[in-house]
Amino acid sequence: MEWEAVIGLELHAQLATNTKIFSGASTAYGAEANTQACAVDLGMPGVLPVLNEKAVRYAVRLGLALDAQVAGRSVFARKNYFYPDLPKGYQISQYEIPVVGPGHLDIDLDDGSRKRIGVTRAHLEEDAGKSLHDGFGTMSGIDLNRAGTPLLEIVSEPDLRSAREAVAYMKKMHSLVRYLGICDGNMQEGSFRCDANVSVRPVGQSEFGTRSELKNLNSFRFVERAINFEIERQIELIEEGGAVIQETRLFDPDRGETRSMRGKEAANDYRYFPDPDLLPLEITPALIDQVREELPELPDARRSRFVTDYGLPDYDAGVVTASREMADYFEAVVSGCGDAKLAANWVMGELAGALNRAGLDIADSPVSAETLAGLLRRISDETISGKIAKEVFEAIWAGEGDADAIIEARGLKQVTDSSAIEAMVDEVIAANPEQLEQYRAGKTKLMGFFVGQVMKASAGKANPQQVNQILKQRLDG
Amino acid sequence: MSIDAAEVGQIAHLARLDIGPEDAESHAHNLSGILAFVEQLSAVDTEGVQPLAHPLEMTQRLRPDEVNETNQREAFQSLAPATRDGHYLVPRVIE
Repeated sequence: MEWEAVIGLELHAQLATNTKIFSGASTAYGAEANTQACAVDLGMPGVLPVLNEKAVRYAVRLGLALDAQVAGRSVFARKNYFYPDLPKGYQISQYEIPVVGPGHLDIDLDDGSRKRIGVTRAHLEEDAGKSLHDGFGTMSGIDLNRAGTPLLEIVSEPDLRSAREAVAYMKKMHSLVRYLGICDGNMQEGSFRCDANVSVRPVGQSEFGTRSELKNLNSFRFVERAINFEIERQIELIEEGGAVIQETRLFDPDRGETRSMRGKEAANDYRYFPDPDLLPLEITPALIDQVREELPELPDARRSRFVTDYGLPDYDAGVVTASREMADYFEAVVSGCGDAKLAANWVMGELAGALNRAGLDIADSPVSAETLAGLLRRISDETISGKIAKEVFEAIWAGEGDADAIIEARGLKQVTDSSAIEAMVDEVIAANPEQLEQYRAGKTKLMGFFVGQVMKASAGKANPQQVNQILKQRLDG
Repeated sequence: MSIDAAEVGQIAHLARLDIGPEDAESHAHNLSGILAFVEQLSAVDTEGVQPLAHPLEMTQRLRPDEVNETNQREAFQSLAPATRDGHYLVPRVIE
């Protein structure tokens, strides 16, 4: 039987505010345990939560970017459960009326087509603290610095049909929240987290199968592996006559498998009710307009503009707009060198490769956009060839200075003097009479051999176009 | 609407209350009485009335995103039964 996977994601984005969602305690990452947990965060008697305006504005930003309905009136609710890192015994969240209603996000599939993924809702809620199970003997240690950090939970429709699609959606949302400046997207620090609901059904069936919820998916790679494992597990289970049960499963990255978290299901009775400490949240059309004014250019719009204004192929435009930092960097290089296609090739090629090898983000690139533009200007004005430019790039990366300084110090300036190149060509032809004879007998692909020899003789500095031209004249003549 | 002893047991479990079977029946009886009393509200015609999230006819005030809390860990942890290295200690909870 042919099976089809049905996947929906719940993404949790920590909002990049200075303070907690309901208190004035700092949200800075990495502080000493419990030094940023105030009376409100600890749920002390008599405290009153007061909503952070920035968190609301950030939620509205996402709503606008997803072309979603922003609720004029939304309500906070208590989600009740007991866990030591949840001091109040409930999490303040939103249930029946979330701040962001139905919207959508378009993703690019592997075959180059686009797919629209529905976003059911996004709601504001507070994060819990952290439990540490190692280093406290028979006890667990609790750090409540994270308790009360604002989260936006973004829930997708079950529109995703493969692990690849799920990852594409997650990456797109990750890029979007960073473009919007509402979340730093740091997955190591838990700023952007993912739970996945996965089920399978025979192709052609319209009802959904029973789903399991996967947790602990804290990287794009884990999301893909966990979902693929889970799809296989469910298909095998059903084909062997078993049935999928609705449950929460934990991904174990070391073993590459998902495991049932028994006992979690019975507790899934959260008894939501409106939080009497918080009044309904009103978002006026004026505030929405204000937030709309603040919106940066969004990734899809920027991508189209790069195609129109810079003449980039759609694929290249997609790559250089994948993150706001990359797009900003690219535009700075273009404005410094004036050649968008060349800039795109270098940003996507040499630079991306070097960053990848060094494990660096583009924001931490040792080669600034201005410096790279300086190098590309020397290619455009034919001071150096593209090949020599790679050598210069490596030297820039190693901190030896800017392009002009390195070209000067290493004597890499391209030879464009025709008579000098002619002399080298003649020398090479004279030294290789056998190849010359074969060439003239019709083995014209030896052209490449001669070009290589001349370039070698010039230590790579001869202008390749001129070498080609002169060689052709001499060989054919 | 009424609830039985089994439901009392379930609610007690969720609320982490230790209610023995000997008390469950009487709690079920009393809670059912409360629900019956409240159920009188169902007689009211609420057609076209917006659900009430809060009795006050006001909306939520917002707070500027500025840090105004300082570290008071010492004071808070002096109330805790057990702490170590700045952490609150609880019985081990890992599954």
